[in-house]
Amino acid sequence: MKKYLSKRILSSLLAVIGLFIMVFFLARLTGDPGHLYLPIDAPLEVRKEFSEKHGFNDPIYVQFGRFVGDLVNGDLGYSLRKERPAIDVVLEAIPITLSLAAVAMTIALFGAIIIGSLAAYRPNGIFDRISRVVSLTAASAPDFWVAITAILLFSVSLRWLPTSGMGDFPYWIMPVSILVIRPLGLLVQVVRGSMITALSSDFVKTARAKGVKEKSVIFKHALRNGLLPVITVAGDQAAAIANGAVIVETIFGWPGIGKLMIDSILQRDFAVVQASILITAIVILSINIIIDIAYATLDPRIRHK
Amino acid sequence: MNKLKDTLLKVSNLAVSFDTVDGPIDAVQGINFELKKGQTLAIIGESGSGKSVTASVIMGILSCPPGRIKSGEVFLNNQDILKLSIEERRKLMGNKIAIIFQDTLAHLNPVFNIGSQIAECFQVHKSLNKKESWNKAVALLERVNIPNARTRAKDFPHQFSGGQRQRVMIAMALALEPDIIIADEPTTALDVTIQAKILDLLAELRDERNMGLILITHDLGVAAETADNVVVLKNGKIVESGTLKTVFTTPKHSYTKQLMSSIPGRTIKSKKNKLNNNSDPILEVKNLTKHYDTIACDDVNFKLYKNEILGVVGESGSGKTTVSNLILRLTNPSSGNIFYHGKNIFDFDKKELFSFRRRVQVVFQDPFASLNPTMNVYNLISEPWLIHSDFLNKSLYAKRVSELLISVGLDPDDASRYPHQFSGGQRQRIAIARALALNPEIIICDEAVSALDVSIQAQIIKLLSDLRDKFSLSYVFIAHDLPVVRDLVDRVIVMKSGKIVEQGFVEDIFNHPNHPYTQDLLKASPSVFNLINR
Repeated sequence: MKKYLSKRILSSLLAVIGLFIMVFFLARLTGDPGHLYLPIDAPLEVRKEFSEKHGFNDPIYVQFGRFVGDLVNGDLGYSLRKERPAIDVVLEAIPITLSLAAVAMTIALFGAIIIGSLAAYRPNGIFDRISRVVSLTAASAPDFWVAITAILLFSVSLRWLPTSGMGDFPYWIMPVSILVIRPLGLLVQVVRGSMITALSSDFVKTARAKGVKEKSVIFKHALRNGLLPVITVAGDQAAAIANGAVIVETIFGWPGIGKLMIDSILQRDFAVVQASILITAIVILSINIIIDIAYATLDPRIRHK
Repeated sequence: MNKLKDTLLKVSNLAVSFDTVDGPIDAVQGINFELKKGQTLAIIGESGSGKSVTASVIMGILSCPPGRIKSGEVFLNNQDILKLSIEERRKLMGNKIAIIFQDTLAHLNPVFNIGSQIAECFQVHKSLNKKESWNKAVALLERVNIPNARTRAKDFPHQFSGGQRQRVMIAMALALEPDIIIADEPTTALDVTIQAKILDLLAELRDERNMGLILITHDLGVAAETADNVVVLKNGKIVESGTLKTVFTTPKHSYTKQLMSSIPGRTIKSKKNKLNNNSDPILEVKNLTKHYDTIACDDVNFKLYKNEILGVVGESGSGKTTVSNLILRLTNPSSGNIFYHGKNIFDFDKKELFSFRRRVQVVFQDPFASLNPTMNVYNLISEPWLIHSDFLNKSLYAKRVSELLISVGLDPDDASRYPHQFSGGQRQRIAIARALALNPEIIICDEAVSALDVSIQAQIIKLLSDLRDKFSLSYVFIAHDLPVVRDLVDRVIVMKSGKIVEQGFVEDIFNHPNHPYTQDLLKASPSVFNLINR
C-alpha cells in the first residue's frame, strides 16, 4: 500500500514538473509579453524599459533558470494588473471554487448512489425507467442554458433567489444546483450499471444463500464492489469542476479560479495564468491521489499489488 | 417410521422454466429425489441438464425472472420451503441448509476478508457480536485445516489458492451446522490431489455431523468415489436413479450407458509398436529452462516423433503451459534449446520463424475465449491464409473451409455463423479446423478437452485421434486429467514444479509408475473402475 501510494505521488510530481516546463515555454512562444501587454502605441523606450525590468531580454535559458529559482522560493511572479504577488491572487480564488466543487460533488455522489442502487435493484422497473430518462436528460443538459434560464425564472420572474454574487445560503442554491446536474446524471448511470453487474455477481448469490438480509446484500455486499467504477468517474467530474466551473462562476459572478483564469488570459496577466495553472494542476493531481487511496481502501486486490 | 424421520430433504415433481426471447425453456421437468441423514446423493449431469438450477431452487437463489418455478415441492424436514415467506425462507438459508460453489474466486466477495465473510453467518442468524463471531470463524478455518487460521482470517479471497478457497467456502457452509450441504461442482476447478483432499474433508464432516450431502457433478469419477445414491439428469429429466453401485454397474437407460462408455481411461491399448523411435525426432527439447518470478520450467528434456501423441501431465503451476509457450515461441527461454528438424527454433530469423509458425499450431482450453466473437467461422478459419498469403489462392478459400469443416465433423453451411451460435464442443471443433488450416506438422493441445462434458470430450478425443491418422500429425497434448491422457497418447511426461519427474510409454506409466508423485496422482484421480472392480 505504502509503495503503491508513494509511486503514485512521485509520478504526480513528475507530471507537475512536466506541466510547468510546458507552461513556461508555451507562454514564451506566444511572443514578447511586452508587445501583448503594453498598448499598441507605446513608445520604444517604454517597451525597452518594460522588457529590461522584467528580464524578457535575457536568453531563454536564463529566464527559465530564474523562473525555476523563483519557483523554488515559492515566488510565482507578480500580477501586473493587480500589482500583487500572483500566488496571493490565486490562493484567494481557489477556496471559492473548491468549496463549490466539494458541495456539488457530495450532493451528486450521494444522490447518485441512492438513485442508482434503487434503479439497479429492479432493472426496467418503473423507478429505473424514470431515473434513466431523467439522468440522461441531466447528463446532457448544457449548463450555460440551464443557468441563464434558472436566473430568468427564479431571480427575475419569481424573485426567490439572488441573480448573482457570493453570500449566504440563498446565493449558493443556484450555482450548486447547476453544478450538480451533470455529474448527478452521469453518476446515476454509472452507479446503475455497476450495481446491476454487482447484484448479478456470484458473491451476491453466496450472500443470499447465507441468509443475509436483502438490505445488507445491496448496501454492503454489492455496493462496496459497485462503487469502484463510480469513484473513477466521480473523481473525473470533481476535477472538471475544480479546474473551472468557468461558466457557472462567470454567470453567477463567483470570483473562483475559473473566472480568474479567463480574466487573466484576456488581460495577458501571465504570472497569474501560470500560477493558476500550477495550483489547479496540483489540486487535480491531489484529487487523483485521493481517488487512488479510496480505490485501494475499497479494493484489497489493488492494495496488494 | 424411523425411515421417515431420517429424510432431510424431499424434492417432488419440481419443474422450472426460463422465459427467454425465444419463448420459455423447460430447464427442470418434474424431478423427484430425496436425501437422508448421513447420506451423499450425487446429482450427475452434463452442462444444461438442470442440476445447478435444481440447487438454486432449493437454496432460493434462482433469479426470477427469467426463472419460474412451475410446480413442485421442496420439503426440508417435512416442511415445504417453497411455500414459506421470503423472511421465513431467509432464516433457513445458511442455517439449516448451505451451499458451496465451484468458482470460489467469484463466489467469495473480493472486498471483504474471509474471516468477516464467515463471521457474517453468526451475525445474521445468531446475532452474535463481532468478536464472538470472529472467534468462531477462526475455529472453523482451523477445522477445515487452513494453516495459521487466526492470521489468515484477515486475508482476502484472492490471497488464497483454489483449494484453500474451497476450504473457506466449506467452513462458511459449515458455520451454523446445517442439516444439509449442497456442493455444486466443488472440485471441478481443482487439481486431482487437491480434489481428493476436499472430497475426503466433505465426507469426514458429513460423518462427523451426520449431515446430508448433495454433490452436484459432471464427473462420474467423483460421484463414484463419494456417493451412496445417484440421480442422473439429462435435459431437466431424471433418466436414472438408484444406489451408486446399481446405476454404475448395471445402467439401464441408454444415456447412462453412453455416459459410462464415454468415461476416459477404460482401455489401454499397447501403443509401443506403433512408434518408430529410430527415426529422427521432429522436435527435440534440450535442457529447457525458464524463470519468471519462480522457475516455471527447469531443465526439461524430451523428444517428439512423427505421428506421435505426447501427453504432458501435471497440476497447475507445474510448467506445462510454459513448455507449450516455449514450443510455440511465444516466449524465450532463460536457457536451453528446442530443435525443430535439427534446427534451433530460438536461432530462427524472421523468415524461418514465419514458416515455422505455419508448421506448429495450437488449440487452447477455453473455446469461448479463444475464438474472436466478431468473426464468423469462415473468417476465423481463413485468416491464417491471409497472413500466409502464398499458401492458398483466394478463389479456393471457400472450398477449403468447407473441406476443413467436414473433416472436423461440422457442416459446410456453418461457415457463415458466429462462435456464440455453437456449443462448447462445436467451438472446439472450429478451433481445431483453424489449427489445421495451414497443414501443420505439430498441434499443441493445451488442455483442449478440459472444459468439455465427458461425452463431448470423448468425441473430441476421437476426432483428434482420427485427424492424426489422416494428416500424419504429431500432438503435444497437455492435460491435468490422467484418464484422458491414457486413452489418447502414446507417451507421457509427468511434470511437477517445472521438472519432468517421469516419462515413458503410457502403459508403463499407468501400470508401473516409478516416481512417488506419479503414484500420488494416479491414486488421487477419482475413478469409476475402482468401484466397478470393487
